[in-house]
Amino acid sequence: MKEAGCKGYDALMIIIHWISALLVFGLFALGWWMVDLTYYSNWYTTAPWWHKSLGLLVLFITLFRVVWRFVKGTPTIDGSAFEKRAAKLGHLLLYISLLAVVFSGYLISTGEGKPIGFFDWFDVPALPFQIEQQATWAGTIHEYAAYVLVILALGHGVMALKHHFIDKRSTLIRMIKP
Amino acid sequence: MKTQLLALSAIVGSVLAAPAVADDYVIDTEGQHAFIQFKIKHLGYSWLLGRFNDFEGNFSYDEANPGNASVEVTIDTASVDTNHAERDKHLRSDDFLNTGEYPEASFVSTRYVPDSDDENEGTLYGNFTLNGVTKEIAIEVEQVGAGEDPWGGFRRGFEGEVDLTLADYNIDYNLGPEAKEVELYLSIEGVRQ
Repeated sequence: MKEAGCKGYDALMIIIHWISALLVFGLFALGWWMVDLTYYSNWYTTAPWWHKSLGLLVLFITLFRVVWRFVKGTPTIDGSAFEKRAAKLGHLLLYISLLAVVFSGYLISTGEGKPIGFFDWFDVPALPFQIEQQATWAGTIHEYAAYVLVILALGHGVMALKHHFIDKRSTLIRMIKP
Repeated sequence: MKTQLLALSAIVGSVLAAPAVADDYVIDTEGQHAFIQFKIKHLGYSWLLGRFNDFEGNFSYDEANPGNASVEVTIDTASVDTNHAERDKHLRSDDFLNTGEYPEASFVSTRYVPDSDDENEGTLYGNFTLNGVTKEIAIEVEQVGAGEDPWGGFRRGFEGEVDLTLADYNIDYNLGPEAKEVELYLSIEGVRQ
């Protein structure tokens, strides 16, 4: 990622950040809850429908976000050399786990070559090839990558609060005001 | 002369008394002429069909003595296929087939009882292991046909049906009162070795 040298993020990145945060924690809770639904639950078919559609939304906005980061660059990071390196590594791991969760989720539903629906709007086709028991393998990755993502995201939030309240830096404000 | 005759009659006698040799057949999974399918009621409103794609086995069969027939089949339970990725994932999980812990189901026959009125039909008894549980089951079997194939081999085929109660195999995920049993249908063609 090139550093734009600017002070903050633009409004679009701020909106995407907070929507992503909401979706990541919301989908984690939804996924956690829905895997134990009984067959006769009212939510047995609707919960996965929302989970898949919103998960695809995360996939789309994350892909856009990665492209946008490369195009626009990222703001300079305050702090020591160690803090800068740690922040960059943390953000990289957040992106990797975020993409791993959404992509493995896509691989579950498309595990036998059928498309996955984005709300009732359009279908996203499967990859042209599948591996045996793909839905099961992708499901395992999806589960563990989600735990990693949520732990990283919580750590990310804790660090932002630390920079704000203890270090008295503008880190958190930058992600609120464009 | 007398001893020679005795020896000859002993040989003839032993040949006559010896059981006829049964032929061994390997189930033709290579050419995909064998199918293990199942169906279960969906809510009681329709049938859900599925199959196991990967299995192997063999049987022996003696036309002169069908009662001596025996069969062995091993099924790769993770190859369950109901044409729906998320459902197949669920079926492989420990709610159903628990394929991580029990990747194989197997059937080993114990005896075959041909029907008295039709020797092409009969009941095949054996031990069926699924989800780590072994139970004796009785498969209703019918011989579909047998004969030379156009490529120099000899083939013999059977179909069979058996109803299984899922709870017997510790599969107790509640699919509703109409879906407690699954009907297994087998269409098996063997190539004589």
